[in-house]
Parts: sequence; C-alpha cells; structure tokens
Amino acid sequence: MIHRAVLKGRGDFAEWRHRARAFLIAGIEPQAIDWQDASMEAGLFGSEETPLPPPAEGNAIPVPAAFIDLATAVVCHSDPGRFDLLYRLLWRLARERELLQVRADEEVARARLMEKSVRRDSHKMTAFVRFREIALPAAARRSFVAWFEPDHHIVARTAPFFQRRFNDMDWVIATPRGTAAWDGDRLTLSDEPAVKPEISDDADELWRTYYANIFNPARLKVKAMQAEMPKKYWKNLPEASLIPGLIADAEARVLAMAKRQASEPLAFHDRLQAAARAAPIEPLPPAGTLEALRTEARGCTRCPLHCKATQTVFGEGPENAAVMFVGEQPGDQEDLAGRPFIGPAGKVFDAAITEAGLDRRRLYVTNAVKHFKYEPRGKRRIHQKPNMGEVQQCRWWLAREIDLIRPKLVVALGATAYAALTDGREKLGDVRGRAMTLDTNRLLFVTVHPSYLLRIPDARKSQDENRRFVADLAVVGDLMRGLASSQEKSMAG
Amino acid sequence: MKKSLKERLAVLSDAAKYDASCASSGTAKRDSSKSGGLGSTEGAGICHAYAPDGRCISLLKILLTNFCIYDCAYCINRSSSNVERARFSVEEVVWLTLEFYRRNYIEGLFLSSGIIRSSDHTMEQMVRVARELRTVHNFRGYIHLKTIPEASPQLIEEAGLYADRLSINIELPTDTGITRFAPEKRPANIRRSMGELRLKIEAAGEPTLQTKKRKRFVPAGQSTQMIVGADGADDAAILGTSARLYGSYDLKRVYYSAFSPIPDSSKNLPLIKPPLMREHRLYQADWLYRFYGFSVPEIVEGRPGGMLDLDLDPKLAWALANRQHFPVDINRADREMLLRVPGLGTKAVKSILSSRIHRRLRLEDVKRLGVSIRKVQPFVTAEGWSPRRLAERADLRSLFEPKPQQLSLL
Repeated sequence: MIHRAVLKGRGDFAEWRHRARAFLIAGIEPQAIDWQDASMEAGLFGSEETPLPPPAEGNAIPVPAAFIDLATAVVCHSDPGRFDLLYRLLWRLARERELLQVRADEEVARARLMEKSVRRDSHKMTAFVRFREIALPAAARRSFVAWFEPDHHIVARTAPFFQRRFNDMDWVIATPRGTAAWDGDRLTLSDEPAVKPEISDDADELWRTYYANIFNPARLKVKAMQAEMPKKYWKNLPEASLIPGLIADAEARVLAMAKRQASEPLAFHDRLQAAARAAPIEPLPPAGTLEALRTEARGCTRCPLHCKATQTVFGEGPENAAVMFVGEQPGDQEDLAGRPFIGPAGKVFDAAITEAGLDRRRLYVTNAVKHFKYEPRGKRRIHQKPNMGEVQQCRWWLAREIDLIRPKLVVALGATAYAALTDGREKLGDVRGRAMTLDTNRLLFVTVHPSYLLRIPDARKSQDENRRFVADLAVVGDLMRGLASSQEKSMAG
Repeated sequence: MKKSLKERLAVLSDAAKYDASCASSGTAKRDSSKSGGLGSTEGAGICHAYAPDGRCISLLKILLTNFCIYDCAYCINRSSSNVERARFSVEEVVWLTLEFYRRNYIEGLFLSSGIIRSSDHTMEQMVRVARELRTVHNFRGYIHLKTIPEASPQLIEEAGLYADRLSINIELPTDTGITRFAPEKRPANIRRSMGELRLKIEAAGEPTLQTKKRKRFVPAGQSTQMIVGADGADDAAILGTSARLYGSYDLKRVYYSAFSPIPDSSKNLPLIKPPLMREHRLYQADWLYRFYGFSVPEIVEGRPGGMLDLDLDPKLAWALANRQHFPVDINRADREMLLRVPGLGTKAVKSILSSRIHRRLRLEDVKRLGVSIRKVQPFVTAEGWSPRRLAERADLRSLFEPKPQQLSLL
C-alpha cells in the first residue's frame, strides 16, 4: 500500500515531523510513502491524504540534534523532493547512528546542499531587504515596509533576526512566501503570499549616491559582484539600477584620470608645508645625561633588528644605581611595552630578587641587545638568539650606560650578557657564581638568565635551579652591602 | 556656497574607497531586543551590496573630512592634491549612519578622516561620533574607527570602548617605502601604536578581581592595510611584513590594496592598472600562512624575484614544486598534509576526516564535499584511485595554467 502525505509545504517543520514520526513508528519504508507538496502540485491525482497509521505506545524517537537542525532548514527548501529525502535519512539514521558525519554519503550530501541553499537564501534576506519609511506624523514609533522575494520558505526562520536588530521601529517585511511584522511587542508571522507595496523613500537617493561613489572604476570585477549579488535580487535593490551605467563609464573614467597631468598644489599645501618646517622641534634633553642617551637610542639603526622590532627597549632604573643587571635582549612583552624585564622571564627575575632580599627599584636593569629578535610563527613570535655582530653593535649603548650609571657591580644574566661585557668565551658554568673584576672600577658577577629557568621541563630540576639562582642573587646582595660599607669606610677615612 | 549633504557624501565616500576593509564580522554578539535601541551584531558579517568592482559594501565607509595636513604620495587626500574637499559635522555622520542602518543598507560605520589641525583634534572628533552613536542613540551595530598613531593614549582608550574594531594602516611594506612616500608618518610610531593597542586589548581580556565579566574593548580586534605596487617591495617582503604584524600585534587581518590610480595623482607614482591578480595571490598566500600551516619562506621559496606565480595559486605552485610529498592518501594522511593538497580547503579537510572514520573514501565521495576533482586528482590516492602516471607527468603544470589568450586576426 502507498501512503500519501500532503503537506502545506511552507517551511513548517511540525507538519513534516508529525507525519514522519507516525510512519517511522509504524515501520513504513520510505518507498511506501508518496510525499506531496500542496503548494507545488495541486490536485494531479486528487491529492487526498491517506490516514496516518495509529499512534503507537511510547512514541518518542531519539534522533541526533544535528538531524533536527538539518531538517528544520531542509523543510524550508522549495524542492518538492525534500520531504522524501528527509524521511529516507530518518529511516537510515535508526540503523546508522553516525550517518550525518558521513558527509560524503550521497543523500547526506544532497540534504546538506539544500540546507546550504536555505541558509544562503536566509542570509541574502538579511542582506538585501530594504526598508522604506512610511511617514505617519502622529505615531510614536517610526514605521518601515520592505518587499523581498526569497527562493525558499524562509520568512519565519529569518524574521527573528530583524526583530533583534530593528527593535525601536515598527516594520513589515512582505514577500510572495509570507509576511513578518513587528510592532515593538509582538512578531506576527503569516505564510500567505503578500502583494508588493509601492512606497518611495528619499533616503534611497543618498544611498545611491554612496553606492556610486564608493565604487572604484579602476578595479572593474563584474563577475565577482554578480557571484554575491545575483541579478535576481536587483529588481528590489534601489542601488542596482546604477550598475549598468557605472560599468559602462568605468573605462573612460580611468583613461581620463590617466590623461590628466598632475596639477600644481593649491596655496593651502604650501602654507602647510611652511608651517611644518617652522614647527618647533621638541627640545632634546641635555647632552651627556641618561635621558639624552635614551632619546638617542630610540632612533638606533646600527643593525637591521630595528626594522622588525616595535621599539628600542632601553635600560631602566635609578641613574646612580650601584648594581646593574644585564640580560640578553627584550622579549615579546618587553618589545610591546618598551620596558625591560616585564614578561614571563621578568616575573621570574622579580620573584627571585625579592626572595634574595633585593629591591628592584634600586637596581638598573638593561639588556645586551636593545631590540627584540624573533621569527614569526602564526600568531606568535619565536625568540631568536642575537648573533655576535648584533651584540657587537649594541655594545656601544651598553658601554654608554655603564659610563653614565657608574655601577660598582655589574651582573651578567646568561652567556650573551657575559660575552657582551667581556668578550669572554668561557662556558657559563665556569664563571658563574663568583665575583670577578670587570675593570678597575667595578666587579662582575655572572649567573644564568631567568628565561633558562622557564625552559626546564623537569619540575624537580626546575626547583633546584631556581634555588641556585636565588642563592646567586643572595651573593649579589652580600656584595652590594660589602661595597656600600667599603664606600662608607673610604668616605669616613 | 556650502555643499549639500548629498554632494558632501559623494566627495567623502569617493575619498574613502581606497581603504579595502569592509569587514563587519568577528565582534561580540549583541542585539537590541532586550536593551531597546537599534542594531545587532551576530558574529558573521553581512554584505548588504556589492559594487561593480566586486567589493562588498557592508559598512558606511566615509571620511569625516578629506582635508589633510599630510602629504602621502599614494593618497587621494594628500595636501598637495587638488581634489574637491568637504567635511561632515559629527551630527551629520551620526544621522547618516542611523538612517542608513534603519533601511538595512549597512551593518554599521567605518569612519576615517584626513588629519586636520592635529592628530588629537581629529581623533577626538571621530571618538565623538562613536560616543554619540553608542550613548545617545543606543546604537548596537558595528563601528570601525581608523586610529591615528600619534593620537593620545586616552583617546585611543575611549575609542576602544565604543568601537568594535580599530585599525592603523601600515601603508607600505617597508620602512624606507613609508619614509619615502609618506614623509609625515613614522613607521616606528605605527608599530608602537599597534603594540600598545595589543597590550590594551589583552589587559581588557583579563578577568578583573571584582567581577568575572571582562571589559568590552575593541572586541573585533585590530587590522591594518598595505598598499601593493606603489613601491618596489616584492611579495616575499610584503608577506614577511604581514607575518611579523600577525605575530607581533595579533592583527585580525592584514588587507592588501592594489595601488590604484587616483584622480590628480602625484608625479612620483606610476599611473598603472592596479595589480589585481597580484593582490589576489597575496590574499591566498596570507590564508596559507594563517590557516594552512605554511610558513612565508615555504610559500616564496624559489620564486624568481621573490614574486608569487600570477598564473597559479600559491598552494598549487608549492605542490608542483614539491612533488616528492605527493600523492597524499585521502584515507590515511594527517590533517596537516591534507591541508597542503591543492583543491582541499579547511572545510573539505574537516569533512574528509569525519567521513573516513566510517568508510573508505573514493574520489566520488570527495567530489560530493564540493571539491574540484580535476584539481585534486593528480595529488591524491583514494579507494579505487591512484594518479600513477598523471602525478609524474612533466607537463602537470600546463594542465592548470590559464589557457593562452588567442591572438585575434585582423
């Protein structure tokens, strides 16, 4: 026996679900059902519905949520075969639970195509509806009306978008497949065909002005336009009647642009240029100060690193600091903020010096290389070690910093800093942890760079190394106090 | 005599068209159904019209004024140009935005401006537009503001509270190019502003101690634009700069804008047809970098003069130059390798991965995922398919090259 189901076919998921559920529970195979769309094929064979099978006990049928999403969209399609296709999928889902994941399956692919077409139609509706205002002088709210011609039965599923967006005005969207209206309180839907209203709105002329002028005649790409705004929509778009003229004139406009010789600038331009030349240059800080050096370093182009980095990251701390810490180079965060030791390694550094009883506010902290060197990888930057040439170039700044700060003790954090300060090639392990002479006026102390501690994967080893780093910094603290008291002694003496 | 609103709209939209961005996507979801007012943003952007140049019109893209004290050679609004000048008041821009929005012409506003008086003065006017839209008119649509690198941090901060996206144009791929063609702009300032903006966006994203709610600050992030073909930079340099910008400042997009002849063009610049195909290839390469796991050196490796192949898309060009990696087995290869197959996009790869768990895929199955079989078949094996000799053909490239233009006879 063939069961005949006749549906109104205007995008109502419930009318299909109601019948499909009854058929499925009764175990009726897809081949035994003739699904008809009343809006398409009225009365060829007297489309009387056959009675549905009687409802059975416990008629809830579990289906994946993804199927409901798919089916609610596909039901809106205008293809008369959609009801049959959906039932076939439903039938198979009972046996193949994972069917929808097999996107390459023929029936799944067909349904997905329909779904895509419905979604696209709905998206185009949100794009191409054009509201026109109807002036109602006494009304508290403004009123707008639009006419749109969709391919599928999408008015009901698209109307909530307009409700969410155009809350503070009354509107009606009329289409041949139904109407939606909003009055600030209620969204009213109908699936009856509407008649095209004739309204005009002065704002359309401003919009057309904008459309004509935002177009660039030097880049004509008509196909690209039509792929996204097919001609079928043009009749209801106020701007579309401009298109043929814009295309026809484009070439002549570009030629005219090319022919015209560049003209002489107006007086306005000369006045501006003169004013710019006369503008006072910001006064430079007095030469020979740390501020002057910092300003000068901002424009450093001694090596190519400046082109890729955000900015020079200069040292920071009191001008009369007794101790200067020298790291390798700024990292990602330092490069963005323009300050040394504020990123992850800076946090390790801060925690360690605090634990060792040092006060960062009394230290001068800087780097051997003042620009960040990195390789971009996706959304991140991967730190790269500066080469000897870059270290050599940047030593110029480091030497000036030492000259101006005149620290009693310089602490090298890591091998790059050690090499920049001494040219020494020894292994870090061989020079770490004891005071050495840097020059006649100051001591040098070498320890690891805090970023080394961040790279140790083993938790135990990381803890040990952290402790060793803090111990090194405690030695720095002792040296500082020793230097201070010897200074007092020499002053007292 | 003062120009009418319509006349000024013509001037100030004509002056804005060289900014390529019109995106309205990727911002926070919001609507006016509970708050009242007007407008919504729902994740995906909407293009409300397309112009015959193939570009989407999503936003009302205008300048507040095209008077400018800068003299950037490539710009239609430079001070030495004799284009018609005009300006809008803050109220006029607000009115146009709201009226256009109500008629569903647009998703929101993209406001830029020539620099008048000072950077701060100009930025302040733009911020006023955004503030009035948000606070006076309860406008919940999309706002993109162009920011001026030299503007004060407080103004950028305020702009970020109202705007969905902020952008600063890098303009040209190299520092020397910027210095040469945009004498008033400082590449270092541009980078520093982008860096500061990234830090501010990240700081706003951190949950505060008092509330779990994060501060809304530039939810659609920052973007930039580079002009292609005005200076001598090759594609390798351009893509290298993009990669650095993406990595350094977490940009959502780098837009490439083929240098296009402008009315009353500067004598220092070529009057050329805009290199549209080059622009297209750069966008494709940009996608390969961001979504397909390619590095910039891989994309431009072995390309003469550091320029991408204009005849073939960069992924196909890479595959033809690296035949040792192919054919790739559709039923076994990992995601990274599938993404490198010409003709397979990110969606197709996802569908292949989910389908092949349940059955072995044939070429027809792949076709149903919307994939061009002609393009993929030399590079893959599938159930019942091996490219054999096809993959080894020396003239494989010629199968994909555009047909030579036939000469017409006189």
